[in-house]
Amino acid sequence: MRDVKPRTLFEKVWDRHVIEQEEGKPAILYIDLHLVHEVTSPQAFEGLRLNGRKVRRPDLTVATVDHNVPTVNRSLPVTDGTSAKQMETLTKNCRDFGIKLYDFHDPGQGIVHVIGPELGVTLPGKTIVCGDSHTSTHGAFGALAFGIGTSEVEHVLATQCLQQLKPKTMEVHVKGKLSPGVTAKDIILAVIAKIGTDGATGTVIEYTGEAIRNLSMEERMTICNMSIEAGARAGMIAPDETTFRYLEGRPHAPKGEAFEQAKQEWLQLRTDEGAVYDKRVELDASEIAPQVTWGTSPGMGTAVDQQVPDPESLPTETERKSARRALEYMDLTPGTPMTEIKVDRVFIGSCTNSRLEDLRAAACVVKNRKVAPGVQAMVVPGSQQVKRQAESEGLDQIFLDAGFEWRESGCSMCLAMNDDTLNVGERCASTSNRNFEGRQGRGGRTHLVSPMMAAAAAIEGHFVDIRKWNLDD
Amino acid sequence: MEAFTKHSGKVVPLDRANVDTDQIIPKQFLKRVERTGFGQFLFYNWRYDTEGNPNPDFELNQEAYRDGSILLARTNFGCGSSREHAPWALLDYGFRVVIAPTFADIFYNNCFKNGILPIRLPEAKVDTLFRRVKDGVTQTLSVDLENNRIDDQNDFTAEFEVEPYRRYCLLNGLDDIAITLQKDDLIRKYEERLPDYYRTTVTQNS
Repeated sequence: MRDVKPRTLFEKVWDRHVIEQEEGKPAILYIDLHLVHEVTSPQAFEGLRLNGRKVRRPDLTVATVDHNVPTVNRSLPVTDGTSAKQMETLTKNCRDFGIKLYDFHDPGQGIVHVIGPELGVTLPGKTIVCGDSHTSTHGAFGALAFGIGTSEVEHVLATQCLQQLKPKTMEVHVKGKLSPGVTAKDIILAVIAKIGTDGATGTVIEYTGEAIRNLSMEERMTICNMSIEAGARAGMIAPDETTFRYLEGRPHAPKGEAFEQAKQEWLQLRTDEGAVYDKRVELDASEIAPQVTWGTSPGMGTAVDQQVPDPESLPTETERKSARRALEYMDLTPGTPMTEIKVDRVFIGSCTNSRLEDLRAAACVVKNRKVAPGVQAMVVPGSQQVKRQAESEGLDQIFLDAGFEWRESGCSMCLAMNDDTLNVGERCASTSNRNFEGRQGRGGRTHLVSPMMAAAAAIEGHFVDIRKWNLDD
Repeated sequence: MEAFTKHSGKVVPLDRANVDTDQIIPKQFLKRVERTGFGQFLFYNWRYDTEGNPNPDFELNQEAYRDGSILLARTNFGCGSSREHAPWALLDYGFRVVIAPTFADIFYNNCFKNGILPIRLPEAKVDTLFRRVKDGVTQTLSVDLENNRIDDQNDFTAEFEVEPYRRYCLLNGLDDIAITLQKDDLIRKYEERLPDYYRTTVTQNS
């Protein structure tokens, strides 16, 4: 007899990948796709060598360099010796263990979470891991995708499996329709502001509701990407026609009859009627305004038409203390309207918001306008493919004409491991995912926003409510 | 991995919530290709000023907390990036135990892979410990994983829970890769059942 208990999307993908579940032990979970980058992998390969182990499935492993690649002219040598060594180490490891590497000069190079979907290796129902917390991005396709540490990278390389305790589930239901000028980034920032940076700890989030269904794949990736900022292990969205349209024709996606057959199976990847989540939260999309963070944690955010909050108004002493410290670091005064906060730098990029649609949205704001005097603004496409596509549409010229810098692909100033960093005291409107102290450079101050909001801040030199702009002129 | 059964050591209080892995080990130190030597960079931006001088206000630089090996922290410790460099830095500095009301998932998991015991205690207990440590009433703690107990030999005790399998691996210092490798038959059988469209083989020449 078949088990007819209604299951969530997560449970369906989880159950299918459990190789063994012994009582009182973690499940042994099969991993369909392992993405690898230069920063969290060298010690894992070294571990394999020390133990005389090989990579079990190099054919299910894909590598690229993204975290510390320079974003300036690619024909120049990498000047930072330690970065160069780390990239060379990955090249050697991939060569020795037979893994495909999209290296520095490869036309397929890009941020690992941008190229997976581009290549069509990210598919519904897969288990996907990477030594990177933003692996949750791939959950937008109905995959179970999560970040792991280097010891687990080694584990997957050696066994193509992981030992995992089953996480709990959480539904984030976003009903209604978004207002013009409000984006997927604003949804996820609003979710995190509502539930907190540990609101989803120990769970896998499934995003549901009309507002989520109406999003494109790239927008869904933005949502799932920042699940980790709410503490979740992963974020997932059930695959639908939007997903299939995105995937069809991708280099590694199934073709022809095989695609149709896969599609029928992928359509089963939805939460059954009557399935129960461990937690649930609901938001109304029509009530979400463009978001701007004011503090040093992604949950410290508010609507652009609000003010910097007063720490003393917060409910607990721990929160008050964190907010006081954050405002001191951010050099902000309670009660200041968010739109009066001036910026020195603007960064449009990162695995959260560096895809073609993000660049189109930002370009639409920037077109026929100029970056405010004294503001340094840059666009860093998520991949070489995004860069080429954007250039073929003339987006690069729109940004360049406005006074933006147009860079090569990589993680860049999201985490500032390369030369793209804020200086002490500089304030940045950033489309990335983390506003931690020093994240974009020691003493730098980060405000997380959507691509449109970042672009508008570049033009005006301070935050503006993008809803008030007429973007058709 | 080194086994963990019992540990006694000095407690260092870090009275901040949501301490992220960017603070534990800033990104400029992630470029090393080794697992060792990260302790000198632990909490770097809090520990040192921009000229590289020790910041006297930071707990790790205070005489009372020198050579501590048990870190007392607040909620959501280790949030943010998956970097295992964070537990590597804590371990290399000398920390074997971190106590907090809650931990971020990936960091929590990474600790066990490196012989660090992360202990979740109720917020009220953690509050009490912070008070006692700051007042000098509690200076050292004994942590006993075999009996799931913490004791300061001065009237403070607490019991804690760890998932049984994690506890077992830590107590025995087990290499979990070796355990999974023993399941080779099961893995092979599973792979034979993989749907064709997941065999998206990406080869070096593709």
